Amino acid sequence: MSFGRGLLTGLKVTLTNLTRRSVTAHYPDALPELPPRSRGVIALMEENCTVCMLCARECPAWCIYIDSHKETAPPAAPGGRERSRNMLDQFDIDFSLCMYCGICIEVCPFDALHWSPEFEYAETDIHDLTHDKSRLQEWMWTVPPPPALDASAPPPKEIANAEKAAGRQTPPPEREQ
Amino acid sequence: MIDWWDLALRLGVVLVAFLVLPLLVGQLEHKAMAHMQSRVGPMYAGGFHGWAQLIADGVKFVQKEDVLPTAADRHVFRLAPAVALLPYLIVLVVIPIAPDGAASSLDVSLFFALAVMSVGVLGSLMAGWASANKFSLLGGLRVAAQLMSYELPFVLAAVSAAMAAGTLSLTGIAAAWNPWWLLWQLPAMVVFFIAGLAELQRPPFDMPVADAEIIFGPYTEYTGIRFALFLLAEYAGIVVLAALTTVLFLGGWQGPWSDQLGWLWTLLKTGAVSFLVIWLRVAYPRMREDQLQSLAWKGLVPLVLLQLVITTVGVLAL
Repeated sequence: MSFGRGLLTGLKVTLTNLTRRSVTAHYPDALPELPPRSRGVIALMEENCTVCMLCARECPAWCIYIDSHKETAPPAAPGGRERSRNMLDQFDIDFSLCMYCGICIEVCPFDALHWSPEFEYAETDIHDLTHDKSRLQEWMWTVPPPPALDASAPPPKEIANAEKAAGRQTPPPEREQ
Repeated sequence: MIDWWDLALRLGVVLVAFLVLPLLVGQLEHKAMAHMQSRVGPMYAGGFHGWAQLIADGVKFVQKEDVLPTAADRHVFRLAPAVALLPYLIVLVVIPIAPDGAASSLDVSLFFALAVMSVGVLGSLMAGWASANKFSLLGGLRVAAQLMSYELPFVLAAVSAAMAAGTLSLTGIAAAWNPWWLLWQLPAMVVFFIAGLAELQRPPFDMPVADAEIIFGPYTEYTGIRFALFLLAEYAGIVVLAALTTVLFLGGWQGPWSDQLGWLWTLLKTGAVSFLVIWLRVAYPRMREDQLQSLAWKGLVPLVLLQLVITTVGVLAL
């Protein structure tokens, strides 16, 4: 007799839920545990930035403002050329425009930009959502270390190269598809 | 000579019960429904697990603007919440919570309760008509259709209990109850409960107020305190339906130590039935309008007629 079984199942499901602990995250009372690389806010490691402007150019929302000047350093050896390097003057991200796509972080060749899981930076004035480079640098201390690789994953290229340079035995390189 | 003090005390108790019990049921619905859906429900109002949520809601509703639509039938529109709410207060007067625990010992209290309870539905109908809004009108007409179909099995199920007890007095019916009724009157109890749910427009019978498709049916145009009164009427209706089911089919105050704790038994049974009302709301989806009608006419009416035959045979044979 299957008549009414669905009705009973419905009652059973709800009653079982009643006896279990709820899954609600008590957010303001208990902060959520977000995994590394959660898209909370973008942090800037200023020392790594070479002002290559890749991030600002790739940004779909045009929310990164960069300004810099060149400085020259005396030649390393006598008679050599002067060394010039870019000095970062301004690095602003306007989070009222940012769409959290993460392209800037992807394209940065020197790991100057990182995702931080912090998300509590709401403001009452929209201008305050533009974080300058000192504020972006502050977020850097909230960036968690990246998660470990899978146990069976091949070692990262950087480590493999370093091992090779040191003349140690390296695992066979990955076959390119 | 009427003892006026005694009467005033009893009416006072009824008033307090009318003001407190629906809120308790509402809070139970908040929390039980939340946990059945793996949520926690209100947690902040009042400090401890949101116990004051409904009070906070009430304060909020009072502060809101009381909007009166331009095209509305003003007097009917204003009167409708009271018509929806007050019948449940009046029904509570005749419900006995102990052998002498009814505020009014009316001989035909069952008849009185059923008659008055049906008036509550008129409030929704008035609201639907007076709002001058197509959704309200649609909801109001659905209320009317639901009232017509479910009033019959509702009353017939109550008649079965009255026949079994041989009296129209709620006190008499509860006194005549014995545990055999749980089996003998089971179909009537089921029909009475389901039809009562449908009269209250509680899910899964909430087609008239289906908020996802006709906004909130007859209550679409209502705001502020008048809307709160409709909500209160819904919960008062749950209390009254649960209390009537308890008194008619679950033996009212009967139970161990019923001499001293009879009132507690009534309240416990009422609470359990109220919980069932909430449970059904969480577990079941809304029924379609045609399913509603066919359940009443093809399911409940034949069932309750069969129950009447069984009751008649039982009464005559025993």
